[in-house]
Amino acid sequence: MEFLSYLISGISLGSVYAIIALGYTMVYGIAKMLNFAHGDVIMVGGYISFCGMMYLGLNGWLALLLAMAVCTVLGIIVEGLAYRPLRQATSLAVLITAIGVSYLLQNTALLVWGATPKVYQPLIPLANADGQPNALRLFGGQLSISYMSLLTMAACIIIMVGLTMFTSNSKMGKAMRACSEDKDAARLMGINVNTTISVTFAIGSALAAVAGVLLCSFNPTLMPTTGSMPGIRAFTAAVFGGIGSIPGAFLGGLLIGVIEAMAKAYISTQLANSVVFAVLIVVLLVRPAGLLGKYVPEKV
Amino acid sequence: MAELLKVEDINVYYGAIHAIKGVSFHVDEGEIVTLIGANGAGKSTTLQTVSGLLRSKTGSIIFEGKSISGVPAHTLVSHGLAHVPEGRRIFLQMTVEENLEMGAFTQPNASTASSMEKVFAQFPRLEERRRQIAGTLSGGEQQMLAMGRALMSHPKLLMLDEPSMGLAPILVEQIFDIIRELHKAGTTILLVEQNAQMALSVADRAYVLETGKITLSGTGAELAQSDAVKKAYLGG
Repeated sequence: MEFLSYLISGISLGSVYAIIALGYTMVYGIAKMLNFAHGDVIMVGGYISFCGMMYLGLNGWLALLLAMAVCTVLGIIVEGLAYRPLRQATSLAVLITAIGVSYLLQNTALLVWGATPKVYQPLIPLANADGQPNALRLFGGQLSISYMSLLTMAACIIIMVGLTMFTSNSKMGKAMRACSEDKDAARLMGINVNTTISVTFAIGSALAAVAGVLLCSFNPTLMPTTGSMPGIRAFTAAVFGGIGSIPGAFLGGLLIGVIEAMAKAYISTQLANSVVFAVLIVVLLVRPAGLLGKYVPEKV
Repeated sequence: MAELLKVEDINVYYGAIHAIKGVSFHVDEGEIVTLIGANGAGKSTTLQTVSGLLRSKTGSIIFEGKSISGVPAHTLVSHGLAHVPEGRRIFLQMTVEENLEMGAFTQPNASTASSMEKVFAQFPRLEERRRQIAGTLSGGEQQMLAMGRALMSHPKLLMLDEPSMGLAPILVEQIFDIIRELHKAGTTILLVEQNAQMALSVADRAYVLETGKITLSGTGAELAQSDAVKKAYLGG
């Protein structure tokens, strides 16, 4: 029973990583860049929803929508101002710019919201009015799964299925896949590559806002650096699953979450990160393209 | 016949390298015009400049009486210009059907199905493989897909870059048969080829491109008889 409960907490943590990793992997797949500022968009999403609840009196769900809207716009602006001018530049220049954007967002947050952690109100309170945990009780109360965990897992599955359907059925989604394979050929089809990349950033950033709200609901201290570590873990998850692959990000996120939870439970809390990254190294040694990364031979 | 495409005095550079040096040519409606020349003569560069992937520093490119120099590449398809790039450049991880849909990206959704039926009538092989991932097609099938994809936009001018590249002789024959059929059906074609013999046999007119300059021009038959062309490109 103990094992099951660690497993479930790993899966719900992993679901958050998966949602972040989906943003990383989509941007990488289409723009061929690692957006290291992605983690900080999570933090901005957290702060915006916090402000929505605190100062505008919105409920958690409306605050989530507000955070998604603001982050979508933020993603489009960052892409347009910082990354678009570098479309022809070397990937190193783009990477350094992304790190710059990351610091810019963190320090702007520090300036606006200060260094004192904010206490975040979870989307679903962890305990109800009677002080009882807000959780689903199974096996006569031996196993309890918080509604927040259930919501997170459901959100992750819905997002994953939605994105898969979007990229495989919609015209825009197919255009994204075309751009990810060959931008010049996509241009010759009449696809506006810049617009497609903007849409990708918009989707990724909206997902980051969702992840921000979920993350802060579990771990209710909000600081300007809140997004960094989950961002890095989610990046790891995306590479683990095979960067550029949507199901890969999903699988990678869940696995990283579970490995982290298990390492914390059975090995040591301090060593959890080391275990996560050690597993990553081993997987990449065996499968350099990641678990679901594809190698497609090209005919000439 | 009305002039469909007029390219005048274009100069294209790759950094410091002057790749296209004052090239001018034109394509009339209903013609097949071919640009032949050796590897590196600037044939593909010329096509890429017409389709907006590369920019000319000088001169003008007029399509149907309107200037298209400096226009972003992705807007040209809706003007009626389709470019089948060198090396086919189909979307290898997408299905045959999805590749064709991308060809119709600028067309209204409602017309996609009927355009696809037309392409399938032209290339029955593609219909058999409509749900197959494009990367699993043979080289000849990939070339057919690349051409079919371009036809999905109902182009007024179809630009083909080395359609015979890397194909077995029998497939080259097939591809050229298709080019003749498309021409008969009224499509204007600008064809770039290293296979000068085949290209000249289908072309109404031809231009010879050498290190970025047009050195000869004439009807397909004239050039096929020309001693200079015979010596340089037709193996004596």
